[in-house]
Amino acid sequence: MDILLKYLSVFAVGGLLCMIAQILLDKTKLTSARILVLYVVSGVLLTAAGVYEYVVKIGHFGATIPLTGFGYSLCKGVFKAVDMYGFRGIFTGGLADVAAGIITAVFLALAAALFSRPKSKKI
Amino acid sequence: MDHDLNGLTKEKYAAVADRHSAGSNVVKNCALAFVSGGLICIIAQLFYDLITCSAASHIFGEIDEESGKTLTVMFMVFLGVLLTALNVYDEIGRVAGAGTIVPITGFANSITSPAMEYKSEGFILGVGSQMFRVAGPVIVYGTAASVTAGFIYYLIR
Amino acid sequence: MSVKKGRQTYVNDRGVYIRETAAIVGPREKAGPLGDCFDEVRPEDWGEKTWEKAEAKFICAAFHKLMGKTDRKTEDIDCVLAGDLMNQCTASSIGLKDSNAPYLGLFGACSTIAEGMCIASFLINSGGMDNVVCMASSNFCSAEKTYRTPVEQGGQRPPTSQWTVTAAGGLWLSSEPGGPEITSVTVGRIVDFNITDSNNMGAAMAPAAADTIMTHMSDLNRTPDYYDAVITGDLGITGSGILREITGLSESVHMDCGAMIFDPVKQRTNSGGSGCGCGTAVLSCCFYPKLIRGEMKKILFVATGALMSPVSVMQSESISGIAHAVAIEI
Repeated sequence: MDILLKYLSVFAVGGLLCMIAQILLDKTKLTSARILVLYVVSGVLLTAAGVYEYVVKIGHFGATIPLTGFGYSLCKGVFKAVDMYGFRGIFTGGLADVAAGIITAVFLALAAALFSRPKSKKI
Repeated sequence: MDHDLNGLTKEKYAAVADRHSAGSNVVKNCALAFVSGGLICIIAQLFYDLITCSAASHIFGEIDEESGKTLTVMFMVFLGVLLTALNVYDEIGRVAGAGTIVPITGFANSITSPAMEYKSEGFILGVGSQMFRVAGPVIVYGTAASVTAGFIYYLIR
Repeated sequence: MSVKKGRQTYVNDRGVYIRETAAIVGPREKAGPLGDCFDEVRPEDWGEKTWEKAEAKFICAAFHKLMGKTDRKTEDIDCVLAGDLMNQCTASSIGLKDSNAPYLGLFGACSTIAEGMCIASFLINSGGMDNVVCMASSNFCSAEKTYRTPVEQGGQRPPTSQWTVTAAGGLWLSSEPGGPEITSVTVGRIVDFNITDSNNMGAAMAPAAADTIMTHMSDLNRTPDYYDAVITGDLGITGSGILREITGLSESVHMDCGAMIFDPVKQRTNSGGSGCGCGTAVLSCCFYPKLIRGEMKKILFVATGALMSPVSVMQSESISGIAHAVAIEI
């Protein structure tokens, strides 16, 4: 039961975060690029305010896989680094925790560009 | 402006245009975004649980929590890139909408799709410089927000 | 000489005839309701490494297809007027560089073909030129890349958005009698009703179409029922509804190439087709044969364009519309 409940909350939190973005897309004139920026920045702010930690406790990967989770990692990384190194941590911590995601994306995207080409949409 | 379409003003026209412009089917779109976004997160959770469970430790060795989370993020990025390179991520996105934009797979797609598209302009000024045309703002403002948060934390901690 | 009537309309004194037409389309257009009309179908990338090269190949092939249908050689063509949607008319200038024909590049967004036909009428009426080819092309993928996002990027399109038609087409206009005649042209004004949503081109262009149609009618003292059909270029379903409401044109006389070329439900193309190639291909391969067969006698072709660029959209400028009208009679 515990495992089922966990997966249900992963699904619910992840789904909900995506649904809010969909409402913003459909109901406002915000482009997807703006919504993604909004998500990352809110992730950072909510984490700094101590709120997002609770969302992660409930949603697990449902909270960390959406882009708010990217902001969560950025903020957590900075706080950890400030605790360890003081002032210089402000500038070294942020990208440290999201480095794996960015570097994997860059490296694989480069490989994709080497081996694949864009195709037109299906008819 | 002396355009006199039977005395049509910009305000009146906005109302006419609005009436004819069909809105999105928000309920259907939201349902699709919810389900697809939720499913992507389930895949991530499933991957994490599999590689960190005791049975897997015989194969991969012990994976601690932090490494597990990092490996999961890398796996999801890999999935996003793979589906983009196989020319299917856009087809899923046409149906799933925000459900495929908001998760980290969408971030991977937003880096891979311009990389592939601008291959035609070469690997330096095409792929290299255009790769972050969509994801760039996310990193720029995410980093800026984290520095701000870090600075305040440094002052008040 | 062209004789000016009213504010913006010019009646052709010397006959200008559409002698031949040709259009090559992509697979989606072929699968649409008008699919059987078109001369040739080719994949959107046509085996080329870039979308730009593919679109250039389309326009080059359409030119040769057109010439092949005639008994003329390229040397007989006094001028080719062509344009497309890509930065600085990339496809037209690459595609026509080996044609050896004098060339004038045009940009009128999706109104390019009518802009070309207006100018061609003036050139032929000047007495200096006898044979002019008007061409226009668009390609879904190159247009996505220029105006929206990379083709492989995931995302949804709102119901008012339009799907760029992959097509290149051309019309051979001549002073030698034969076939449908261009009797008058109306050069449109830039009309801006403050639409800023780049996913709603129909709404941005509809007032321009209305303005040009109403000006044409008042300049020549005509009513829309003078024509068998008033055909707009690519207002789509959304823009057509708006146009009919603000002009009072009835559904029996107004048709729209963008609304006709796709099946919006089956092909998931939302408000319909758009792009320079849309009106060009439908006029060339659907309405021209109808005129030849005598199914229609008088049509007013009004190609519509949204005068925007990626830069103007990012700088939040409103989207202006333009429309030029060409009266064709047989």
